[in-house]
Amino acid sequence: MPGPAIEIENLTKDYPTGFLETKKVRSLDGLTMQVQPGEVFGFLGPNGAGKSTTIKLLMRIIFPTAGTARILGKPISDIGMHRDIGYLPEQPYFYDYLTAAELLDYFARFHELPAALRRERVAQMLKRVGLETAGKIQLRKYSKGMLQRVGLAQAILHDPKLVVLDEPMSGLDPIGRREVRDIILELKQQGKTVLFSTHILPDAETLCDRVAVIVGGKLHGVGKPGEIVGVRSQGVEILCDYASEDNVRPAVLAGAAQSGSHYRLQVSDEVLYVTLEQLWKAGARIVTVTQIKPTLEEYFMHLVAANRAQAAAVEVSGK
Amino acid sequence: MKCIGIVAWNTFREAVRDRVLYNLVLFAFLMMAAAIFVGQISIGIEGTVIVSLGLTAISVIGLLIAVFLGVGLVSKEMDKRTLYAILAKPVSRWQFLLGKFGGLALTLAVNTLAMGAALILVLLYVKHSLQASDAGVLVAVYFIWLKLALVVALALLFSCFTSPLLAILFTAGLYVAGLFVEDMRTVHSAQMSEVFQSFLRGVSYLLPNFQNFDVMGEVAHGRGVPFALALQNTAYAALYCAMVIFAAIVIFSRRNLK
Amino acid sequence: MNGSKFTAVWLAVVFAFGFAGIWHLQHRIDAERAALHQEEDEILLRSGKLMKVLSLEYAPFVATIYWTRAVQYYGNKRVHEDMNLESLWPLLDVATTLDPNLIPPYRFGSTFLGEPQPQGAGRPDLAIKLLDRGIRANPDHWRLYEDLGFVYYFGMRDYAKAANAFLEGSRNPKAPVWMKIMAARIAEKGESRDTSTFLWTEIYNSTKDPMLKENARIQLMLLHSDEDIDQLDQLAEEFQKKTGHRPAGMRELVGAGLLPREPVDPKGFTYVFGKDGKAQLNPASPLYKDLPIYRRPI
Repeated sequence: MPGPAIEIENLTKDYPTGFLETKKVRSLDGLTMQVQPGEVFGFLGPNGAGKSTTIKLLMRIIFPTAGTARILGKPISDIGMHRDIGYLPEQPYFYDYLTAAELLDYFARFHELPAALRRERVAQMLKRVGLETAGKIQLRKYSKGMLQRVGLAQAILHDPKLVVLDEPMSGLDPIGRREVRDIILELKQQGKTVLFSTHILPDAETLCDRVAVIVGGKLHGVGKPGEIVGVRSQGVEILCDYASEDNVRPAVLAGAAQSGSHYRLQVSDEVLYVTLEQLWKAGARIVTVTQIKPTLEEYFMHLVAANRAQAAAVEVSGK
Repeated sequence: MKCIGIVAWNTFREAVRDRVLYNLVLFAFLMMAAAIFVGQISIGIEGTVIVSLGLTAISVIGLLIAVFLGVGLVSKEMDKRTLYAILAKPVSRWQFLLGKFGGLALTLAVNTLAMGAALILVLLYVKHSLQASDAGVLVAVYFIWLKLALVVALALLFSCFTSPLLAILFTAGLYVAGLFVEDMRTVHSAQMSEVFQSFLRGVSYLLPNFQNFDVMGEVAHGRGVPFALALQNTAYAALYCAMVIFAAIVIFSRRNLK
Repeated sequence: MNGSKFTAVWLAVVFAFGFAGIWHLQHRIDAERAALHQEEDEILLRSGKLMKVLSLEYAPFVATIYWTRAVQYYGNKRVHEDMNLESLWPLLDVATTLDPNLIPPYRFGSTFLGEPQPQGAGRPDLAIKLLDRGIRANPDHWRLYEDLGFVYYFGMRDYAKAANAFLEGSRNPKAPVWMKIMAARIAEKGESRDTSTFLWTEIYNSTKDPMLKENARIQLMLLHSDEDIDQLDQLAEEFQKKTGHRPAGMRELVGAGLLPREPVDPKGFTYVFGKDGKAQLNPASPLYKDLPIYRRPI
């Protein structure tokens, strides 16, 4: 049984700040976690929580103040290990004087793919990320979304065992996000390990086997998505149509918000079916019934508020 | 090792696509104008004027490219973060740096060679025939390239730890200082203390001596350049570049990017 | 479509009026600046040592720039018949400091620094200083010894040193035979018209520089006219013996049968007699302007 795909032990990163750079800001505090091979692992947290910092530490773009990490059983300083990993940076930017095909070919060379295989893979990847027709256009003409796709392509071009994606959905329209989701699922089917960071909860919920939640540089929990955000449901929202000659509302719609003939009503889970029956009897037409879920922001604000007493400890000064 | 070549080739491609080589057009015009008007400046020294003008232009244009592109080699990659994806590839930071250096050195080699060829052509046109001593012009052009390679190495080093503007200033400053190394060595002044004078003398050996590569006077007047000097200068440039790039590698390998 | 045509018209109008204004303004500015003394801009860069530092490693190239400026400067001054050649020395000084192996400035300077006004700056001492530097840097260039001999002979009238210079130059195996002969002749006889004529003819034949060639040609013409004038003075003496008074003009000499026709200088102008009764060049002759100022009568 192979070991974890990623092992992180007490990883810490301090940044010097202040006028003479004597103060330090701790952007990552003693992170310890593991990513198992073959799973899709989500790294969740609000902006500035330390997700990107962790990933950059893994990729050796920055160096840790303390702690260690191993990828695929090898220390992160092992350059050879990079043959088996793919990385999509946050808000990627590539050489704008190259075309997508040229960029992918350039990166493929580092993986020592022979010329024929390179050509094949590059064409394959461009098709996979939906850039077939734009392959010969210089990257300087690409939109943010297109750059994101190129970034994804270069991350999986060489068939790596582990794929690390930093905010892969950012800058993409809904179609693009769907495509990225599809690719991640495909990677999982191929038995690859995927680590990606995001602050969009629905993405994590649909894709991840496990997630880790980071707030303020600290790990606040690792587990299945449902477990983490297993907060009590806030109820159900019903959208319905009701028209009557006299402007009298039926009792059931007493507390509803109205715009024209549309009514928006919130009820708790327990009284959902009773309410629906009442509406049906009153002659209202049900349009939608949606579960109200907490947003990740609300959840995190909840977390932060709960940890406010410890917030002061996040900043370590004078060390 | 191959990775160095891959990065170098891409760096060369970037320079070409950035239209850096268009400076050759400017140089060509300059040389043509010189060829046409040199007769009116002075009879009898057409060759001298063409050679000194040509070598000056090759050197100045080359220096501008070496300093500005040299500083941008690493700073642009760090600024624009184009470097990030590459760091995740199986290529180490030192290989990347060497590749960048190699790419610009190659660009400058192509550039200088083209200009040298144009200079020889114009010289032929103006003098109507070439002598063996005119081969000295090519040696002078080669020395200019050696000098440019050293400037690129310095620019690379400074851009690894200071802002682009400071890197440009430091590199330019070292270049100018390197032209007065011999004066530092022979300074005799009543106002300066003995200690300071010997300090200056010591420093003069450590600074990059760009005067070594200056053979314009000899070549412009048709005198040859000793082969031994060519060998020594090549060794000097190679050794100094190696030291500077080594320092750059050490600094860059430890540097936290944005 | 109309929009861009409109813009094009506006562009044309703006540029037309704009450049018309610039044209006139520039003429005004030029007139204003002509009133200032523009040569002063050389003062800053008169120091050869300073220029050597500022030129970094491009000294030979900057030397050719200074040399070009020197030639332009001289030509300009001659065209405007301005005898003030103050800046000639600094220009040549800097050029030769930056590149001591550049030969033309030495040759140019030997003539045009050494000769008296109006042709030159009248500073043979500076010419010698320049040539000494040239000889030190280019000991194999025997023509510089020739120039040095020249300056001593014509400018300083130091015949011992002149002979010595020709002798030194003659030691170079590439030097022509006449240098040794000249050395001996000058050592023996000092100045003589034959020697002078020979030297100037030598320059005229050997130089490719048009300015130097022209200068030599004028000097030869002056020497020629000197001979004529000597002869005319003799004839004037004879005339006085015959008639008891000095001739007033050349016609009288012709009338007295001493001359077949009125004598003209190499430029075709008749000689005249000056107030002192001596023959001289006709003031209307262009050759008159080329006379060194200290030789102009009155």
